[in-house]
Amino acid sequence: MDKIVCTCGNVNPAGTELCESCGRPLNQETKEKKLVDMRYEGSARRSQTYNKTIIDKIWNFFSSVKVGMWIIVSILVAAAIGTILPQVFYVPATTEADIAAYYERIYGTFGKLYYELGLSDLYSSWWFQTLIGMLGISLVIASLDRVIPLYKSLKKQQTKRHISFLKRQRIYGIGEIEASNESIDKAEEKLKTMRYKVKRDGNAILAERGRFSRWGPYVNHTGLIIFLLGVMLRAIPGFYVDETMWLREGETLYIPKTDGYFLESKEFTYETYSKEESSEVFGEAIDRVGSIAKNYQTDVALYKGADDAVAGKPDELEFVKDSSIQVNKPLKFDNFSVFQMDFRLDELKAMKFQLQDKETQESFGDFTIDLSDPQPIYELQNGYKVEILDYYADFTGFEEGVPQSKSPLPNNPAFLVKMYSPEFPKGETSFVMIKETLEPLGENKHKIAFQSVETRDVSGLTIRKDLTLPILMLGGLIFMIGVAQGSYWNHRRIWIQRLEDGQVVIAAHTNKNWLSIMKDIDAVSVVANLPKYEDQQDLDSKAEKGEGV
Amino acid sequence: MVAVSSTLLFIAFVAYLVATFLFGGAVKSSSSEATKSFERWGKLAISVTIIGFISNLGYFITRWIAAGHAPVSNLFEFTTAFGMMVVGAFILIYFIYRIPALGLFALPIAVLIIAYASMFPRDITPLIPALKSYWLTIHVITAALGESILAISAVAGLIWLLKNIDLTKKSKQRFWIEAVMYVCVLVLGFVAATTTFSLADYKAEYNYVNKEEKVLKMEYHMPAIFGMNESTAITENAMTPLVEMPALVNAKKLTVVTWSVLFGTVLYILLRLILRKRIAAVLQPFAKKANSQFMDEIGYRSVLIGFPVFTLGALIFAMIWAHEAWSRFWGWDPKEVWALITWLFYAVFLHLRLTKGWHGEKSAWLALIGFIIIMFNLVAVNLIIAGLHSYA
Repeated sequence: MDKIVCTCGNVNPAGTELCESCGRPLNQETKEKKLVDMRYEGSARRSQTYNKTIIDKIWNFFSSVKVGMWIIVSILVAAAIGTILPQVFYVPATTEADIAAYYERIYGTFGKLYYELGLSDLYSSWWFQTLIGMLGISLVIASLDRVIPLYKSLKKQQTKRHISFLKRQRIYGIGEIEASNESIDKAEEKLKTMRYKVKRDGNAILAERGRFSRWGPYVNHTGLIIFLLGVMLRAIPGFYVDETMWLREGETLYIPKTDGYFLESKEFTYETYSKEESSEVFGEAIDRVGSIAKNYQTDVALYKGADDAVAGKPDELEFVKDSSIQVNKPLKFDNFSVFQMDFRLDELKAMKFQLQDKETQESFGDFTIDLSDPQPIYELQNGYKVEILDYYADFTGFEEGVPQSKSPLPNNPAFLVKMYSPEFPKGETSFVMIKETLEPLGENKHKIAFQSVETRDVSGLTIRKDLTLPILMLGGLIFMIGVAQGSYWNHRRIWIQRLEDGQVVIAAHTNKNWLSIMKDIDAVSVVANLPKYEDQQDLDSKAEKGEGV
Repeated sequence: MVAVSSTLLFIAFVAYLVATFLFGGAVKSSSSEATKSFERWGKLAISVTIIGFISNLGYFITRWIAAGHAPVSNLFEFTTAFGMMVVGAFILIYFIYRIPALGLFALPIAVLIIAYASMFPRDITPLIPALKSYWLTIHVITAALGESILAISAVAGLIWLLKNIDLTKKSKQRFWIEAVMYVCVLVLGFVAATTTFSLADYKAEYNYVNKEEKVLKMEYHMPAIFGMNESTAITENAMTPLVEMPALVNAKKLTVVTWSVLFGTVLYILLRLILRKRIAAVLQPFAKKANSQFMDEIGYRSVLIGFPVFTLGALIFAMIWAHEAWSRFWGWDPKEVWALITWLFYAVFLHLRLTKGWHGEKSAWLALIGFIIIMFNLVAVNLIIAGLHSYA
């Protein structure tokens, strides 16, 4: 397409609506309007100019604010739908079947439908991610489409504007005034004191301030784009780690995904507020609610082994540091953070038993089974011994005569044992549970009597590494700068010109806060003679004149 | 200290009520432009508002000292702080534009918010581990501040609509503006219902079976219209619930909502009978005095001022804290999602205004919807949708 040459001699790119230099309307449509559209200074935007190739069409689609708004509204509605029922990651079930069953059991038919439509995992669905991706593309294209021409035309604008431009401004006034030249001088001085940048070209003034606020939207969009890119980086291996571990008191375990770091739990502490110890003002609340949690804390020691050490407990562990992990106070090392997320109190650690004569209850010795590491044989005095044939950590009952264990966690330990004694060198078989004992192979003389337990607490820890955080922070920071720039500053321009016929014209434009720019003009009018202006868009005040505000 | 704190809040509450009437006087006398009487009313009104606000700040500070943490840790405290900040935001905007009509509508809304807040347990609670962080202060206060500035845009929008909607003819606009009035009266209904039954000291305990099929106890403070799943009364002579709900529904909350609607509706009908007009029509003469252009600009400007503050408090600070406390900066918790929805909504508001020229009426309706979303996040998300943020 051809470039447009304006009467003033400036060569404008194809598609320009208002001459970049003097502001004359360049096409019939613009000429017919009472007010010019100043949003992008009437500059030539690619999306408004070309529409031939497929690339043009895609560009035009994404550069449209209307399309952008539809994308945002779709995300907004989808996000809201996702809060109707809890998402899968907040549901106490892990397998697909369990999750499906959970939704149906708790929320009925609606829950089933919600799950089957995929709404229970909406935020990671392909279509939701696509919407976010489209938003990102829209941000890039819509910004580029506007910011480049806007920059060019603001740079090229001349002090002297054509009357056809000025009279189409929202704030406009024209009239004969006395001592007009002097007035323009005074206005120039006054505007300078009001922190306007004033340019003078003969009888014309252009006073401008806060142009940089025009870049605000593009700066904040850049911030958002950086943020979205940061989120995408997560997918790259090594950038993001999200693991969990259960750590028992006294245990030392490898921290998943780290370079040979090990964590030892020394103690887990769970505290609630007690009325005696806490401040008096909390008394009422403690009475009303009952118990209020005060602290979850795991005291740990961090060790470093060889970089490739993963399992077991290697010999060469180097102590790094002690730390107390609390909620809101994660342990930090390298790029990793370890968070206090969950806990289980009083998990069984060891059980103490006694081999007895069933009738006389005479003792033949005590032994303690470490539930995380049961020994095959416990030797007692005088030739008595106990052999552990099988161990069921989380015993749930018998299925077809076979004992079942639900998990490897010692929630309900049971043992199949053989008791050896001088009287029974071949042993007597017994099935020992916490509260009772079965004798599957007939009546025994001896029994294993439960004495006591040792328990310990388990800490649920989350291990996180997120190298995208600095990028996200940068994106957030740039967004905030841009949004503040665009919101808290305004781009104001005031044109004052003495025409050849001696009349003085005043026109003004601001991207927002019209009342403030009018106040500015009024302040100038106090020292300089200026024609009366009016807000050509404010119909209300015209109607209300005389009625008062 | 706690007693002083409560007294200061009460003083603030009364001051706001008084100031509302003074602003009413200022608006009425404003027909005689810049007359002395107008100036007097306006000055008096804003003075009383500022006194109330200082007293309100006094409540906030004394409670902070008494508790040892910023008083924004439960529903009562947060909502009260929000109400206070609405007044603060109003004062700020008032000194830019000096429009008494804004006070006439902003203050009653602040009063309603504080009254609503007072219906929740008011005792000072110690902090649970998740809240023990200086980010509680930073995040919550900034977010509430942002929301309160955004709320002013809804007030300006409301005035714009009251002024410009033709209430003499039947129209969608007339219906919806009256609906907004009705909802405000419902909040009053909630306050009335809660106060009535608490003065009567109503209590009834029931056993019920929850959705995990456990038997639990539930204490009602209003006569049980709806019963919990398979509920049986523990308290003697307790009312048998009229309707029993399935385990999924919290019938106690439903009962509270139903009583509020009943009280509110009765109140609304009474008002209509006494006033013999729509409530919108009663308020319209006050709004008529305001300049539409001004209201439109105030609405827009408060979104411009509030949006960055909201972004900072409700999203950025929120993410930083979420990363410290919950190990991830974003977890699609309902409260987080609704903060994002609020943010997206105002982003749409700004774009439609800037590029599609949605000024005046459309802008005013959007501002009202924005406030509804904020209130939804404050009220419904805490009370209905349980998540990590339900500390009430």
